[in-house]
Amino acid sequence: MSTTADILETAETTVCQPPSRWQVIADRTFRTACHTFAWVTVIGIVFIVARIILAGVPAMREYGPGFLTGTTWDPNKDAYGILPEIWGTLYSSILSLIIGTAFGVAAAIFLSEGYLGEFVFGALRVFNLHFHPFWTHLPQRLEDLLRNLIELLAAIPSVVYGLWGIFVVVPAIRPVCNWLHLKMGWFALFSTDLSGPGMLPAVLVLSIMILPTITAISRDALTSVPPKLRMAAYGLGATRWETIFAVILPTASRGVFGGVVLAFGRALGETMALAMLVGNSNRISVSLFSPANTLAALLANTFPEARPNEVAVLMYAALVLLAITLIVNILGAVILQQTSKSQQGAH
Amino acid sequence: MRFSRWAGAAATAALTILLSSCGGGTSTAIVKLQGAGASFPAPLYSKWFKAYGAAHQNIQVDYQSVGSGNGVKSFIDKTVDFGASDAAMSPEEIARVDAGAQLLPLTAGAIVLTYNVPGVSDLKLSRKAYTGIFLGKVKKWNDPVIVAANPGVKLPDSDINVVVRADGSGTTFVFTKHLSAVSEEFAKSPGVNKMPNWAVGTKSKGNEGVTASVKTTPGSIGYIEYGYAKSQNMPMAVLENKSGAFVAASTASGQAALAAAEFPENLIAWVPDPEAKEAYPIVTYTWVLAYKTYADKNKLEALKGVLTYGLTEGQKDAETLGYLPLPAPVVDKVKAALATIK
Repeated sequence: MSTTADILETAETTVCQPPSRWQVIADRTFRTACHTFAWVTVIGIVFIVARIILAGVPAMREYGPGFLTGTTWDPNKDAYGILPEIWGTLYSSILSLIIGTAFGVAAAIFLSEGYLGEFVFGALRVFNLHFHPFWTHLPQRLEDLLRNLIELLAAIPSVVYGLWGIFVVVPAIRPVCNWLHLKMGWFALFSTDLSGPGMLPAVLVLSIMILPTITAISRDALTSVPPKLRMAAYGLGATRWETIFAVILPTASRGVFGGVVLAFGRALGETMALAMLVGNSNRISVSLFSPANTLAALLANTFPEARPNEVAVLMYAALVLLAITLIVNILGAVILQQTSKSQQGAH
Repeated sequence: MRFSRWAGAAATAALTILLSSCGGGTSTAIVKLQGAGASFPAPLYSKWFKAYGAAHQNIQVDYQSVGSGNGVKSFIDKTVDFGASDAAMSPEEIARVDAGAQLLPLTAGAIVLTYNVPGVSDLKLSRKAYTGIFLGKVKKWNDPVIVAANPGVKLPDSDINVVVRADGSGTTFVFTKHLSAVSEEFAKSPGVNKMPNWAVGTKSKGNEGVTASVKTTPGSIGYIEYGYAKSQNMPMAVLENKSGAFVAASTASGQAALAAAEFPENLIAWVPDPEAKEAYPIVTYTWVLAYKTYADKNKLEALKGVLTYGLTEGQKDAETLGYLPLPAPVVDKVKAALATIK
């Protein structure tokens, strides 16, 4: 109560006043808390990386760079190499990224450009309900529903994706794959047949798993394109397609690309579903139907029963995975900078 | 809804505090035993510990099925009161246990070859056939080696899809030990390991993963535990044993194989290739790892009690869950060893 009196009193003499004691304390506490949490995060990451490096040093000394180019993993002979895993990690991620981006960006355009809304509006008009107080919200609601459905894909546990892959995807695509192999086996992508788990089912499931990331971020980027650009394009006589592909997508490309890089990171590190679907065979093959292996799957499968010297080797492999993820993120940032520079002249 | 759940949690917490304060006051304190290890015997152990805990209110046994390797690790690090392992313990590992380690075989199991060959419901595999399949030498289902043992069975001219375990496991260890005993070539490479460098095959995680792969892929063969195969109704191949007889996996044939084991002082015995005519070829014991001395006498008594229960009453559960009950002479030996723990 006394504080209001104080304010009234000081207000008579001067408009400005020094911050109250409470404000100073709150400010300091908030600042310290922010600093602490920021540093805890940084220290946490540094600590994790340091521990992995420390645990991996014995293996690095013993196997050196040959570890990256070796192709056998034989604990009985103490021979360890992870080239097949590196290949499998990159191959599966890039393939799923291609599929995921195509579908994800398409879904984002569909959701942000009002296609669904127009369709529903048109359908309502047939029944003359389009200005009815109840039905008039339907187009917007349906779009929200669809968007939430896609984002819900991110909430499905990885194991469920894996099981779905084993029991639904693999049996469903096997006849097609084996037919392709039979008819077009000369083509490198179809050079083996699909015997249960393999690259293609893993890639298909992985692309669904990264879809929500790409769609959500791309949609945000597309909706935040200034409306005046769209109006200007229409005003110049551009068709809808021309507007989307020549104006809106390029303007939103920075955001879309950010989503793609984020999805790539997710694809590289995805473990459970891949461990169940990729076949876990140390093979390097461009064939889509051949079983392969990934670094994350190797780690998940081998860790629980690893002997001490194997743990060092696995830590080395974990470090390689970390390095790949880091390189991808840096490359993404660099490309992003380059593209946004070239975009600068456009608007 | 949310409130009632919160209230439930609060009530439980209050009850726990009340109970624990009561327990502290009286002489019958709750004895907690913590165990960890092999996942293969976990269903049986859980059943024993639950039944024993129900009969003895003051004893609570927790078992975490984290895998044999982790079981041995935790046992050496003393983070548990007892461990469990399908691959027993190596002499170096035993040497690292300060309190001394006493291994106790408590149950046994068989490993079966399950298959999915369209039109074939009764498959016999000779020693040469199944070692050849897992070496990648026998590639087609109508290979002469397989056909020779299956007169009258129409085997398809399709590729054999071999499914092996992707994760390191005691099951793989026992299976490769058997294959190495049968085939010198297998012993050289891939050799005995929890996760060897297989010459063939796609890999799946866990018994359930292998089973799923075999079920969904026509032309597959894979190895899984007998109990699991039985519970999933998977077909099991009839295998040729060392004496040349073809034997199906069953409790009787498994026990015939187990009887061949000669137990040394440390109770670690393998039956990589039993000789008896009626013996199923791939069987193994699985061990509980106990310390030779326990500082806490209450824990010692509780452990002895629960393990004795497993050796006597508990063996009846073994068969229903798909494990092999221990032969009577083995039970006596384990009881004698259990008595030496102080």
